Amino acid sequence: MKSATFKIWRSGEEEGGRFEEYAAEVEEGMVVLDAVRQIQSKQVNDLALRWNCKAGKCGSCSAEINGMPKLMCMTRLSDLPLDKPVTVEPIKAFPLIKDLVADVSSNYRAKKSIKKFKPRAPDEADGTWRMVQSDVDRVQEFRKCIECFLCQDVCHVLRDHRLHEKFVGPRSLVYAASLDMHPLDVEDRLEDLKESHGVGYCNITKCCTKVCPENITITDNAIIPLKERVVDRHYDPLAKLFRLFRRRPSSETQAQSENHD
Amino acid sequence: MAADYPKHEHDVLVIGAGGAGLRAAIEASGEGASVGLVCKSMLGKAHTVMAEGGIAAALGNVDDRDNWKVHFSDTMRGGQYINNWRMAELHAKEAPERVRELESWGALFDRTKGGRILQRNFGGHRYPRLAHVGDRTGLEMIRTLQDHGIHQGIDVHMEFTVVCLLKDGDRVSGALAYDRERGRFRVFHANAVVLATGGIGRAYRITSNSWEYTGDGHALAYRAGAELIDMEFIQFHPTGMVWPPSVRGILVTEGVRGEGGVLLNKEGKRFMFDDIPDNYKSQTADSPEEGWRYTQGDRNARRPPELLTRDHVARCILREVREGRGSPHGGVFLDIAWISEKLANGAEHIQKKLPSMYHQFMQLAKIDITKEPMEVGPTTHYVMGGIRVNADSQMSNVPGLFACGECAAGINGANRLGGNSLSDLLVLGKRAGEYAAKFAKEHGGTSIDMSQVEEAEQAALKPFSETPIEGEESNNPYDIQFALQETMQSLVGIVRQGAEMEQALEKIAQLKKRAQRVAVTGHREFNPGWHTALDLANLFTVAEAVTRSALLREESRGAQFRKDFTSKDPEWGKANIATSQGPDGQMKVERIPIPEMPAELNAIIEEMG
Repeated sequence: MKSATFKIWRSGEEEGGRFEEYAAEVEEGMVVLDAVRQIQSKQVNDLALRWNCKAGKCGSCSAEINGMPKLMCMTRLSDLPLDKPVTVEPIKAFPLIKDLVADVSSNYRAKKSIKKFKPRAPDEADGTWRMVQSDVDRVQEFRKCIECFLCQDVCHVLRDHRLHEKFVGPRSLVYAASLDMHPLDVEDRLEDLKESHGVGYCNITKCCTKVCPENITITDNAIIPLKERVVDRHYDPLAKLFRLFRRRPSSETQAQSENHD
Repeated sequence: MAADYPKHEHDVLVIGAGGAGLRAAIEASGEGASVGLVCKSMLGKAHTVMAEGGIAAALGNVDDRDNWKVHFSDTMRGGQYINNWRMAELHAKEAPERVRELESWGALFDRTKGGRILQRNFGGHRYPRLAHVGDRTGLEMIRTLQDHGIHQGIDVHMEFTVVCLLKDGDRVSGALAYDRERGRFRVFHANAVVLATGGIGRAYRITSNSWEYTGDGHALAYRAGAELIDMEFIQFHPTGMVWPPSVRGILVTEGVRGEGGVLLNKEGKRFMFDDIPDNYKSQTADSPEEGWRYTQGDRNARRPPELLTRDHVARCILREVREGRGSPHGGVFLDIAWISEKLANGAEHIQKKLPSMYHQFMQLAKIDITKEPMEVGPTTHYVMGGIRVNADSQMSNVPGLFACGECAAGINGANRLGGNSLSDLLVLGKRAGEYAAKFAKEHGGTSIDMSQVEEAEQAALKPFSETPIEGEESNNPYDIQFALQETMQSLVGIVRQGAEMEQALEKIAQLKKRAQRVAVTGHREFNPGWHTALDLANLFTVAEAVTRSALLREESRGAQFRKDFTSKDPEWGKANIATSQGPDGQMKVERIPIPEMPAELNAIIEEMG
């Protein structure tokens, strides 16, 4: 049986931890999570990691594999160069708890700060609604989110600038979009998006979209429309006129102008 | 030391935050109770998220011949009539309301042309009944409950594991738990406790369940004096992935068959037509052509044999494999790609209806299901057995201790129909929360007995003081867990026989002994080795309960198939098996009669045929 080397981040006293090397036996079809669990069960029982479904549906096993933010359960070893050690590190935009486990609780607090779903009055006397499939399809993309927080991990506002308290991040904006574009929802979240949720901090580098394991077009389909709604409400008429001539202002300018709004 | 335990006070403590736990917590807090919700993983990661097919509810949106009576009789037939009929009745009656309520909380289901909730076909359901959204219904459901629940003032304690229930006399008074992050113990003091901990899949090697499903609620209740019933009935879902080896057991939704997918052996034969049980003959298609029409919504067509109940389909697959007609990796073929012969936009249709299956096979097996067949085989999926509760209130025989969802039993009898689990979570989860809140309000406070807390803590910390042993008698917690899984997989699996199960009992006893010296390395903070060691006791309890119950039931019925008793015994059709802890600490299994069904329910079953 083939063997491969894994360099896994272990917490420790000095400088918060270091990489340790482990050998794992490799068989066909294995994913990184299989190798890490094999190392855990045979060599280091106390290696901390999160996982649940093993099928890319629960979003628990997020990590940085060879420097790339990924789900461990959906990363096949056959797609990695095994002649070199495979590095496995925790996601970095959040405080570390231990080994591969990060404290992602800020995401739960951010979600709670978003006003909940508020439906319009029922369409029918029996208390039910009627919707067309195309309206349902439009928001399905956002509702596919498995809350793995990989998008939060690569967002430079969070990862580099650590502005967790000022900017809710891409996952929460996808959530806000899923409510705002829900066919039945009538809640107004624009003030919050502009003020406490800091939608203006996003300057559309689209890193979040690139790493989404569910292939949600986070920036283009969720964040930009939310920004546009904020802009529509808060821009003065002159700017509105200006926008009419330049149908789509450059994303950079738009983001900055919101920042300074 | 006692005073040092951080303590949480709640009217109602809910243990488990999948669909059932969340729904119970929402209801209890809606009733004005202060609610604590404890979960082993983070919120929104529980097994409900994996449910794919849909929520069974007789809304009658697609076929107006459907109503609660048909749903009730389908559930009873699927369960081979040993279900708790009152639970099946409540479930069938209340499911539509619970689904509509979910929609009012923001769940978005696929629609009919007229804009109502769309429903799909599923095994054992006579009419299209499953409200769904593509093949990710569970995600939609848990997210809706989670997002609704966080605004209800529920105290959520994520990544906490309960090690024992606390009692004040006969009554339950709370629970002792540790937090994963720091490894510290906390006391939860509550007037009522709702168990919603899910299944026992980790007792088997091939399973669709995650690390969490170690029968915690079953074992906690058992040790607190509650009865378990129907533990012999374990659902092996017929279609789990079989290749590559590392993904063996991961679920392939029944929705694939609902959308027209067919099961083939290596000769390319649709073997499901070979063996159709008598009680389903009149409802099953005569030809592939009729089966196809059924999946496409022809009201006059009968369902294809691929949509027979899960127990039967699993056994047919096993038969093909054992008789040498299986696929290269020990399964059979499940082909949905063939529908391109029937539909112009077949590939597109598959991707739209089964997006996560497409994704799963593409990424994990490099197989394009719109072009090639999948390889599938049975996987341990769900336990019908669980805590015995009152159908209306969901309370166990321990006052103040409630249970709902997979860890409770009764509604499914000998076999659960696909789609009935999500509706069960909603209907009976709601009831558990409602009655737990009521119980907490009506009954005075309890007190915490600190000696119970200290004893449990000492036992939980013991593995840290043991020295690791290597080799055959290894006391590594993972090695012991693997050995137990292997035992259950090979000796108490889909096809059972007395001698093998006797052997299993011996092995379980040996492993239990070995586990007394289980050793843990490292410290208490986020230490999965320790958590695995603590879960072992629960796994032993459920493994033993499954085996002893399966031995006692000397017949084949639903999910229980005995090679030494291959037919159904009408006498056993009148009884359940209850498991409880005897005064001497030994496990007691006994036959208990099923109360007679009221005439009006009996009439419904007669009428539906």
